[in-house]
Amino acid sequence: MSREDIQSGLAEILEEVAGVAPADATPEKSFTEDLDVDSLSMVEIATAVEDKFGVAIPDDELGNIKTVGDAINYIEKNQ
Amino acid sequence: MGILEGKKILVTGVLTEASIAYATARIAQEEGATVVLSNFGRAMSLCQRIAKRLPREAPVVELDVTDAEHLATLADRLREHLGGEGATLDGVVHSIGFAPQEAMGEGFTEVAWEHAATAFQVSTWSLASLTHACRPLFGERASVVGLTFDASVAWPVYGWMGAAKAALESTSRYLARELGPEGVRVNLVAAGPLRSMAMKSIPGSEQFEDAWEKRAPLGWSVTDTEPSGRAVCALLSDWFPATTGEIVHVDGGFHAVGV
Ligand SMILES: NC(=O)c1ccc[n+]([C@@H]2O[C@H](COP(=O)([O-])OP(=O)(O)OC[C@H]3O[C@@H](n4cnc5c(N)ncnc54)[C@H](O)[C@@H]3O)[C@@H](O)[C@H]2O)c1
Repeated sequence: MSREDIQSGLAEILEEVAGVAPADATPEKSFTEDLDVDSLSMVEIATAVEDKFGVAIPDDELGNIKTVGDAINYIEKNQ
Repeated sequence: MGILEGKKILVTGVLTEASIAYATARIAQEEGATVVLSNFGRAMSLCQRIAKRLPREAPVVELDVTDAEHLATLADRLREHLGGEGATLDGVVHSIGFAPQEAMGEGFTEVAWEHAATAFQVSTWSLASLTHACRPLFGERASVVGLTFDASVAWPVYGWMGAAKAALESTSRYLARELGPEGVRVNLVAAGPLRSMAMKSIPGSEQFEDAWEKRAPLGWSVTDTEPSGRAVCALLSDWFPATTGEIVHVDGGFHAVGV
């Protein structure tokens, strides 16, 4: 899957789980600081990512994913 | 044939695949049970996603144990998933625990009543209110199983959650006394530390992990919920027909040994 497809797929998930407007889901955004995503929503996002992209994000990796770009990179690398 | 063949069981508390309730629901299905899940508020949508990962997708009903209306309507809402009028329930798994951050950590004596009260309402009283809410559905025999963290000693950082667990253990015995004549058994599993959302939200809880791995005679894995899930399913089954008011330790034997 291309980077663009991953970004738009992730934006859909962010909208569904955390009510983030797709236009705001850009790579430099921090989940907690810019998008108000808390730890419960982060876990749900990871679950939805696994369902959608088939990429599981283990717990200890999830802590390293701070921005939308980090998530895109992780999915791209592990798909 | 599985040990829960034909049984209908409500499993509360499935949040992630690391939830003790998830292992319980999965094993219950593998052992032949029909499972209905419940969770609450913002946890509902995550629970619904995780429900799809079970061997058979399970329906999810909403139950916030602090909501009187949810409790009052629970039996009716469960009936819809259990075959309608005349439906019965054979088992209930109480896998619910919560204490506000203010009620945990150090500074036990400084905790305000409102925070301790929340821990008690969600983690202790709810075993009784959930049992009461399901009582109209119980047939001639039923089994209620809850989860505790050995409350016979005081732990670091666990704070008022520990006191709430001690009260949960007592609550379970009172329920066993009151419901025994109706053929309802009430038991708890005292699990060792497991890396669920609930455990990870307790600051400093890593120290349990090291202690357990070093001391438990059988060893202990903080990521393996299977032993706890199996024990809950065993207590739900007909293989403990004369056991109630009991606490079964599933902790690698940690509780049985000194340093
Ligand atoms: N993880 C451990 O180390 C451990 C050890 C021993 C006992 N336990 C107990 O096991 C049980 C399950 O916890 P877990 O470790 O699987 O964590 P978990 O975070 O997966 O489960 C806790 C559940 O409680 C639910 N909950 C919280 N408040 C609620 C409310 N008001 N109404 C309804 N549900 C509510 C949450 O949504 C969640 O599903 C808890 O009672 C916990 O204290 C856990």
